Amino acid sequence: MKFFKFILIIILSFFILQKNLIANDNSILINKISKNLRCLICQGQSIYDSQSDFAISMKLIIKKKIEEGNSEKKIYQYLKNQYGEWIVYDPELNKKTIFLWLFPLILFAFGGLLIFRKVFIN
Amino acid sequence: MKKKIIYLLLVLLLIFIFTVFLKGLYKPNLYTPSQTSNKNLIEFSGKDLFSDIEITSQQLTSSKKFTIINIWASWCAPCRLEHPILMDLSKNPNLNLVGLNYKDKSESAKKFIYERGNPFSNILVDNNGIISIELGAYGIPETFIINSNTKIIKKYIGPLTNKSFKEIEKIIN
Repeated sequence: MKFFKFILIIILSFFILQKNLIANDNSILINKISKNLRCLICQGQSIYDSQSDFAISMKLIIKKKIEEGNSEKKIYQYLKNQYGEWIVYDPELNKKTIFLWLFPLILFAFGGLLIFRKVFIN
Repeated sequence: MKKKIIYLLLVLLLIFIFTVFLKGLYKPNLYTPSQTSNKNLIEFSGKDLFSDIEITSQQLTSSKKFTIINIWASWCAPCRLEHPILMDLSKNPNLNLVGLNYKDKSESAKKFIYERGNPFSNILVDNNGIISIELGAYGIPETFIINSNTKIIKKYIGPLTNKSFKEIEKIIN
């Protein structure tokens, strides 16, 4: 009898722990996504930082979308469709942002070239 | 000669940087989402403020040629400003006006409507702001014009003005 009780407790605690773990996992993902989104009301703050009504509702939406089984990428895509690219901190690579993405690389290559010339040619 | 070229390049670079900053100075740094959208209206449902019956978006948009969804709250000052315009719009027979009551107390919302008149055919309650965000709104008041194909054809961010009233009349008639 004692043994059965022991097993029962272990099984129960396993389920409770698992549920908590899933909840915890979701909140980590919600935080991760909300840190990468701009608040449209308090511009300059992320959804994660902001306490505006918009940001609070946005966190609820993110939670709802995760619970519906949407992936992180899908959630970003959905919000981009709703509010435009501006809502995410990470700009997509497209015609408008190609300079933004390539310029640091060009600078890096240029700097490397300068160093190379200085070290190996002089 | 080489020095001159470097000097010239430096001056050009300075002029370029100056113009970029000058242009940036006059550009408003507040972002607003695009106002002309051609998106389909999402499907949503909410409880009616007065009857407490669950109403779906399909029921709202099926009755007339155009539907206007206006997001408002009794605590929102600009909503008071635009209320007379909504009252005027409600006289148009081609138009079905739907209110979305955003994060508001039920009694205050009802009081607001009793005092100022009810331009809406239905008022849905959006207590946690989820419907508004799914519609693509980010603050209140916001107004969406939806055609008979349930496409959002225009969106007004902020209170409606006389100018927007004329625009809406033009779209509808």
